[in-house]
Amino acid sequence: MNWLLPGGVSTFAGDIDRLYYVILGITGAAFVIVEVALIWFLIKYRARPGRKAYYTHGSVKAEVIWTTVPAVVVVMIGILSGGVWNQIRGRDSVPPGALPLAVHAKQFEWLVTYPGPDGQLGTDDDFERRNDLRLPVDTPMVIALTSEDVIHSFFIPEFRVKQDVVPGMTIRAWFEATATGEYSLACAELCGNGHTTMGGTVTVLSLDEYTQWLADPSRTVASR
Amino acid sequence: MAHAAVMRPPAPAEPGAGVYNAKLGMWVFLGSEVMFFTALIGSYIILRFGNEQYWAQPAQILNVPITAFNTFWLICSSVTMVKAFAAAQDGNQKALRGWLVATVVIGAMFVGIQAYEYAQLIHLGFLPSGYRAGSELAEAAAAGTPYHGSALPASVSLYGATFYTMTGFHGFHVTMGVICMAFVTWKAFRGSYTATDHRGVEVIGLYWHFVDLVWIILFTIVYLI
Amino acid sequence: MATMAATIDHAHAHVDDRSFLRKYIFSTDHKIIGIQFLMLSLLFLLIGGLLAMMMRWELGFPTQPMPGGTLLPETMAPGGILLPEFYNSLVTMHGTFMVFFAIMPLLVGVFANYLIPLKLGAPDMAFPRLNMASFWIAVPAGVLMLAGFFVEGGAAGAGWTSYAPLSANAEYSGVSLGQELWCLSLVVLGLSSILGATNYITTVINMRAPGMTWFRMPLSIWSLFITAILTLLAIPILSGAAIMLLFDQTIGTTFFLPAEGGQPLLWQHLFWFFGHPEVYILILPAMGMVSDIIANGARKPIFGYHSMVYAIIGIGFLGWIVWGHHMFQSGMNPTLGTTFMISTMLIAVPSAIKTFNWLGTLWRGNIRLHVPMLHACAFVAMFVIGGLSGVYMASTPVDIYIHDTYFIVAHLHYVLFGGSLFALFGAITFWYPKMFGRMMNPLLGKAHFWLTFLFYNLTFFPMHELGLQGHMRRIYDPTQYAFLQHLQPLNEFITLSAFLLFAVQLIFAVNFIMSWWNGKKASPNPWEDTGLEWSTPSPPPHGNWPETPTVHHAPYEFSSPLVQEDYLMQNRKVEGAPAAAASRTE
Repeated sequence: MNWLLPGGVSTFAGDIDRLYYVILGITGAAFVIVEVALIWFLIKYRARPGRKAYYTHGSVKAEVIWTTVPAVVVVMIGILSGGVWNQIRGRDSVPPGALPLAVHAKQFEWLVTYPGPDGQLGTDDDFERRNDLRLPVDTPMVIALTSEDVIHSFFIPEFRVKQDVVPGMTIRAWFEATATGEYSLACAELCGNGHTTMGGTVTVLSLDEYTQWLADPSRTVASR
Repeated sequence: MAHAAVMRPPAPAEPGAGVYNAKLGMWVFLGSEVMFFTALIGSYIILRFGNEQYWAQPAQILNVPITAFNTFWLICSSVTMVKAFAAAQDGNQKALRGWLVATVVIGAMFVGIQAYEYAQLIHLGFLPSGYRAGSELAEAAAAGTPYHGSALPASVSLYGATFYTMTGFHGFHVTMGVICMAFVTWKAFRGSYTATDHRGVEVIGLYWHFVDLVWIILFTIVYLI
Repeated sequence: MATMAATIDHAHAHVDDRSFLRKYIFSTDHKIIGIQFLMLSLLFLLIGGLLAMMMRWELGFPTQPMPGGTLLPETMAPGGILLPEFYNSLVTMHGTFMVFFAIMPLLVGVFANYLIPLKLGAPDMAFPRLNMASFWIAVPAGVLMLAGFFVEGGAAGAGWTSYAPLSANAEYSGVSLGQELWCLSLVVLGLSSILGATNYITTVINMRAPGMTWFRMPLSIWSLFITAILTLLAIPILSGAAIMLLFDQTIGTTFFLPAEGGQPLLWQHLFWFFGHPEVYILILPAMGMVSDIIANGARKPIFGYHSMVYAIIGIGFLGWIVWGHHMFQSGMNPTLGTTFMISTMLIAVPSAIKTFNWLGTLWRGNIRLHVPMLHACAFVAMFVIGGLSGVYMASTPVDIYIHDTYFIVAHLHYVLFGGSLFALFGAITFWYPKMFGRMMNPLLGKAHFWLTFLFYNLTFFPMHELGLQGHMRRIYDPTQYAFLQHLQPLNEFITLSAFLLFAVQLIFAVNFIMSWWNGKKASPNPWEDTGLEWSTPSPPPHGNWPETPTVHHAPYEFSSPLVQEDYLMQNRKVEGAPAAAASRTE
């Protein structure tokens, strides 16, 4: 089994994973320092008859150090994270020219509305597929997420995409897949008795295949 | 051992808040009450800002004159409460009893008038869940005819929900206050309060003034704005 | 004002020869009420644990008949196979029971009650009758919550966070009455908590014994005091929200239903505005009691007592402005996300201060590894993991991936079990002799500690890995997803570890019950501690001390050069001790 993060296949997956490993390094170091000190002290300073502990109420110098260092480190992590966050979720983060899709979540399925050959949502040639999300590789996609009933969460692990879908709101999520293949779509928010079954497939096609499919979805409708 | 505590000298505690326990406790408890009403009022503000179209004009559905009168009454009860406390401080038992009775009566009347107001609104067709189907209000809203000045909103479910929740919980607090006040009054008639020790009167007074203050805020934001 | 306390105390010192009912059932003695809370919350801890076992069965062996599952009614587990709706109830009620009916009352109901008067030198709480009321209000709240399992439609099933609209409309969850009972129970329990908090705050401010200045209060009392303030101010938010949710469910309001302008996210804001202070309610008292136990075990004054106090206050304050970190993926404005991330990062600082100060306390100590000390050190070790894993979720981009996965399940159990519950096992063992006059068996205590520590880590550490592989939380059958199927051996492993973890708690139960009968009789101060509670017999009489103790020293004067022994009790007068020096410790 692979103990690290599963491979990411979206443009920002790399940034998120890198951030994860940076935090893993920092917290890993902190973890080792604290646990080693703890165990070492417990062994070294175990009770021995006739000995008294060293009577002290603290050291301002030491405390200043171990207040400042964590503060600086977490603020640094915060700044790093803020940059990536802005790139993914910031006001202008959706790449211009991203292809639109609409995903409507309801208990317990994902209804994907495709724009049809004209590439525009809200026109007559739109068509709908259930639990079947197809998209072109290396093309930014912007998905308008809506919900029929309760809160669901649109989760594609390999893309590092997760966005709650809230009834009464239209929330946009974008991503750009970097490899063709089949991936999983899951619901990450408890949404009722059928929550566990609320999955779908994500198929990343080449841009050509995708365009052909949009023009005539009936040809490849049968799931592979 | 069991009786050891009896022999104890009065506990010379560390200086605390400088007030007796019951008064401090009431202040602390009111802190909690502030947060409770903050939750209700905060939700009201958020819901209303997002949905102005679902709010009726002031006085369109709600009966503002009668409530204004009720508000005035409640403020009067704060005055009688102050008078009762002053009488207690002076050790004037007769005045204390009189003012306490006045406060209980006014408080009860406030609740009564509120109940009457609710009955009227429900009769009109204004419920916590919105319009009652087939009621006068529902028909006016569906027809789009002007009602007390302008057309009614298509739905008043949030308006009704926030209105009844906020004023209802305030009414509940007044009711609790009246019950406790009646108990204090009963004790006053038994001569429990002296010029030197009238903590019960002071503590219930704190609660009473708080409930009053909340009402003034609610009246402003629910009825007037 | 001080005379007040004495009069109240006077009043029941006279009636101490009361019937059994008045002495042990409807008692106003803070010690009895603390013990009543202990029994009640240990019962709910057991129930919460049982629910977890059923969940683990389902996750380890999805849709296979559970051993003994046929004992459950058809509506929960036909043929022993758990139904998804029953699984959702398990998820919800496990969280609810553990948070509201086990950990919170164990920390606050038990130890705030038991320790505040005893550690401050007060004869009882400021309002003993209110204290009794707060226990007897908590009981029906628990009954209402449990009743969910026995009503039509089953117990609440929208998660312990009860996100609307799933929780607000029975059409979505299939649970109507159970969901309403959930709201009602929490409103009732909230009243109990608010009354308790009022009592604790008043007592700490007004009833300290002479000489017990603010900066001579033990850290357990400081943390319980700040916790009481958080409880007082946070719980009414939950009450308000639960009432609105209850109205949505019952009388057709639409606060959280989007149809006519209601806002599902409003519920989340209210819930977490309460919920994050709640998280600190669940950990601060543990930190405080661990500080007491570590100073005792290390035989050293707490390193940096003042900064420990300021860290508690800092956590209490910062806890109010971080709630949005539960909602990074909720559709909340992303700019707000950044703000909440920064405040969340900052709250790591006081936690770091506390951790390093505990290490500083151990440094050059003369450490006695008694059972409470083992638990306290495990608390530090495990809290570090829980605290550090919090950084991953605080980082907004990383949270996109791990939000609502098993990573968060691992994180919260490292804080609540690894943190709070280890601290509680330590605290129960530590104060057991004071409560019951007998020691718990140290051998059984050590066996329980090591086995729990082992199986606890085997259960919860692998959950980080599940989360990293994208395993969502609260799913009934992970094998439904292609990308989770390879994790099933790990899920089975976790399930078996969890069963063993549950099983070894039997040792604690046996120790707890048997020691009551035949434990070694406890002296007034069996741990050679410095706190005031150890200057009165075990168990203390009604009224706690024959005479109000006077405090002369800071809380943790271990190994003080002033005395021969390695502990100097707070109320022991020592010739030549500088009067002011004791309260100013730097």
